[in-house]
Amino acid sequence: MYKSLVNKHKPKEDYLKNEVIAFIVGGLMGIIAQALIDIYSYILNIPSKDASTFMIVTLIFIGCLLTCLGFFDNIVKKCGAGLIVPITGFAHSMMSAALDFRKEGMINGIGANMFKLAGSVIVFGVVSAYIFGLIRYLFFGGAI
Amino acid sequence: MTFKYDNVFINSSSTTAGKYEANGPFGSLFDKTYNDFYIGCNNWESAEEKMNMDSLQILFKKINKKTTDIDLFISGSLLNQIIPSNYIASKLKIPYLGIYSACATSVEGLIIASNFIESKQIKNSIVTTSSHNNAAEKQFRYPVEYGGVKPKTTTFTTTGSASIYLSNVKSSIKVESSTIGRVIDMGVTDVFNMGAVMAPACADTIYRHLIDTKRDVNYYDLILSGDLGIYGKDILKDYMNKEYGINLTNYDDSASMIFDIKCQDVYAGGSGPVCLPLVTYTYIFDLMKKKKLKKVLLVATGSLHSVQSVNEKMTIPAIAHAISLEVIE
Repeated sequence: MYKSLVNKHKPKEDYLKNEVIAFIVGGLMGIIAQALIDIYSYILNIPSKDASTFMIVTLIFIGCLLTCLGFFDNIVKKCGAGLIVPITGFAHSMMSAALDFRKEGMINGIGANMFKLAGSVIVFGVVSAYIFGLIRYLFFGGAI
Repeated sequence: MTFKYDNVFINSSSTTAGKYEANGPFGSLFDKTYNDFYIGCNNWESAEEKMNMDSLQILFKKINKKTTDIDLFISGSLLNQIIPSNYIASKLKIPYLGIYSACATSVEGLIIASNFIESKQIKNSIVTTSSHNNAAEKQFRYPVEYGGVKPKTTTFTTTGSASIYLSNVKSSIKVESSTIGRVIDMGVTDVFNMGAVMAPACADTIYRHLIDTKRDVNYYDLILSGDLGIYGKDILKDYMNKEYGINLTNYDDSASMIFDIKCQDVYAGGSGPVCLPLVTYTYIFDLMKKKKLKKVLLVATGSLHSVQSVNEKMTIPAIAHAISLEVIE
């Protein structure tokens, strides 16, 4: 009974708007990343596999820098999953946790809390990689 | 449980507030405001303690008394083990009661102080409540710099400290009566919709206060709830009407008032133990002193959850305490 009353007064979340923004921003991130790979492999004359490592390092650096300067959270608020899902979001989640807990010391603060949000991503990333790797090995002979 | 008082008066109060509150509609009414969240301290917890110290220093100046003149100091905060209150009490060296009922702490403190003064066990008391947005976000939610999209029903913890001095010496505002709330748990688990969590507790306390005092809801010029937010406010009105048949007309919610909700990025409004006192000790007291409001019922609402209880998907209990203030001629 009370739940229906609560739902009646619940404002509609802008899911569609958030999704469209996340889609566009996420896509833009992809374009930027691809452009970085192309630029690196062209300028440094390296294979694109190496260039993509350079690209990841660059994006992580920019993400962390913007978090430290204090305005990445404002961009994230507007762009949502478009920035949280890519590697920038991962770096940002670690950096923001580290910033929060840095006053509690290197060990009990930064070390213990830096993976507060990113820890789940790593744990379940490894678990799902294991499962899909197993499926790939068992059913496709590791071919694809 | 409703108490009546004849000898308890509000003599003075002081407020300090953060930058969001300073940019809100009552920005000019606060005694002191800050531009950043550290206010020259090493961490946010110390910053909250500093805000407490500032509000107390201002209060002591206003009432022209020393710490040794005060019989009882009551204080509470949102942070674990109410640490900002404990530190400030260690500096004041006044007999101290540390209290916690989340955002209902301010009125809980007022009720305790009023009962001691009415029973003549003490002559005066200071009640201080505080909260700090970043410190509370860090403890209860995500890292401050993380951002992230939150539901619209989320409330924004207010930053500031509010102190009030009560005594048996007559002044223009009298503490008339109070009602201690019951804990109500309606099975809500959504920590981002605390208005929905707290509205039934608020309704229960208002209803029982009116029954105990045999009053009509229109007896009060204003019933001011703590921090339900703009959506919780609607839930309360609707619930009060359906469940108790009471139409809340002279009603407002301090969480919906403290910020400029349209222009400031604060979701459904303010929250935190200091939200209600920041509005009351400034804007509401000003109106009472001008006799534009004569009878005011403050209903502070608190959501009594912990980070662990929320993670374990347990339901959120809530409480509301009410105190009635009257202007005396």
